[in-house]
Amino acid sequence: MGFEVLFKGSNFIRLFQGLSVALKISMISVVISIALGMVIGILMALDIPYLKSVFRIYLEIVRIMPQMVLLFIVYFGITRMLGISLSAEVSSIIVFSFWGTAEMSDLVRGALKSIPLVQYESSMALGLTTLQTYIYVIIPQIVRRMIPQSINLITRMIKTTSLIMMIGIVEVLKVGQQIIEANRKSSPNAAFGIFMTIMLLYFIACWPISRLSKYLEKKWET
Amino acid sequence: MSKVLEIKEITKNYEDINVLDGVSLSVEYGEVVVIVGPSGCGKSTLLRCLNALEKIDDGEILLDGELINPGNNNLSRVRQKIGMVFQSYELFPHKTVLQNLTLAPLHVKKADKRETEKEALMLLERVGLLSKKDSYPRQLSGGQKQRVAIIRALMMHPEVLLLDEITAALDPEMVREVLDVVLSLAKEGRTMLIVTHELSFARAVADRMIFIDGGRIVEEAPPSDFFEKPKSDRLRKFLDSFSYEKE
Repeated sequence: MGFEVLFKGSNFIRLFQGLSVALKISMISVVISIALGMVIGILMALDIPYLKSVFRIYLEIVRIMPQMVLLFIVYFGITRMLGISLSAEVSSIIVFSFWGTAEMSDLVRGALKSIPLVQYESSMALGLTTLQTYIYVIIPQIVRRMIPQSINLITRMIKTTSLIMMIGIVEVLKVGQQIIEANRKSSPNAAFGIFMTIMLLYFIACWPISRLSKYLEKKWET
Repeated sequence: MSKVLEIKEITKNYEDINVLDGVSLSVEYGEVVVIVGPSGCGKSTLLRCLNALEKIDDGEILLDGELINPGNNNLSRVRQKIGMVFQSYELFPHKTVLQNLTLAPLHVKKADKRETEKEALMLLERVGLLSKKDSYPRQLSGGQKQRVAIIRALMMHPEVLLLDEITAALDPEMVREVLDVVLSLAKEGRTMLIVTHELSFARAVADRMIFIDGGRIVEEAPPSDFFEKPKSDRLRKFLDSFSYEKE
């Protein structure tokens, strides 16, 4: 069934290394997206007219553009146009963060808007300052509200890393293709075995994250 | 007796609407003042102004002789002295009952954790909710939530307690348990400003009744006179609207 190629040479380890490349890029992007998304989300919730329309346009661009097009624009287009050189890894982190920040900020904005005004008031009425109100009352609540959709975003990011092979990054899918190519004669069925294995690897990466989400949702049920 | 709160000619406008139109009122230590009036008359706005949740457009508010108008940069300190309880309880949903009670003392007053928890448990026992200390607000009934909200305000040792229609969102059978707590606070000499629609409760708890209509204080009297010998037509009509007679 084509699984035997896994045990040839260091194939299995190579697949794992490919996965770790994909995970590294998605995790760095997730961290950047959460940090920037928080800031932009708060700014959006403040309803500053001019800023708000700029963010709306940004959000719409991210929504309608396929990630692959964004990758090509950054890696092939912008680098050429500005005469700078960006590695494929940096390009993909830029694109993934650009995408993730947009979605995160919209989640933050929505969650902030869903907290009733009188929650802020009752906190301030107890003498908490605005900053303390955010730290102890508002942010813990929005984090809880955002967990399911943010986890969904993280797993989508991990899955979408399969696109970065298009700009030359050797991640798990690319490694898989290389192994299949190299063993075309000796194991013609390698495609099935390798791609099944890759599916399993993605599952191993994403499943704990979605379990964690379920767990937190249950724990923080409101 | 000395004055804890002095309100001098305050006005508040929302766009063109004059919500408070020159309201003056002083409250003495240990006094319970109950404010009634038709909805939209400005009574809730008055309480909100006292806690600086709304800015006043004109006038002065003095707490213990200290000006607390907006622009005062010690809002947090002022609010510690004026506790407020809201109609919708507004417990913090992500914290347990005990954590709701200790949050402000611990972070605002930097109080000792053990002492604070001890006090919280004592107050919980007093309102009959000791067994709920580790529950989350969603696990409580409306009446229980409101009792927690009241003692949460007490945890900051405020000099004045503002109660803004605290039973308006409750099922009728839960009103009693909340008002009993308020009555016992009145007995121990708490200074309170209460906005309510529960007239029979108002009568039992008030030292002084105030009727506000159209953003002004229309009538001010001890409860017996207020309910039996209303001077103004507007108050008479207002009181009548609460009584039913079979024709």
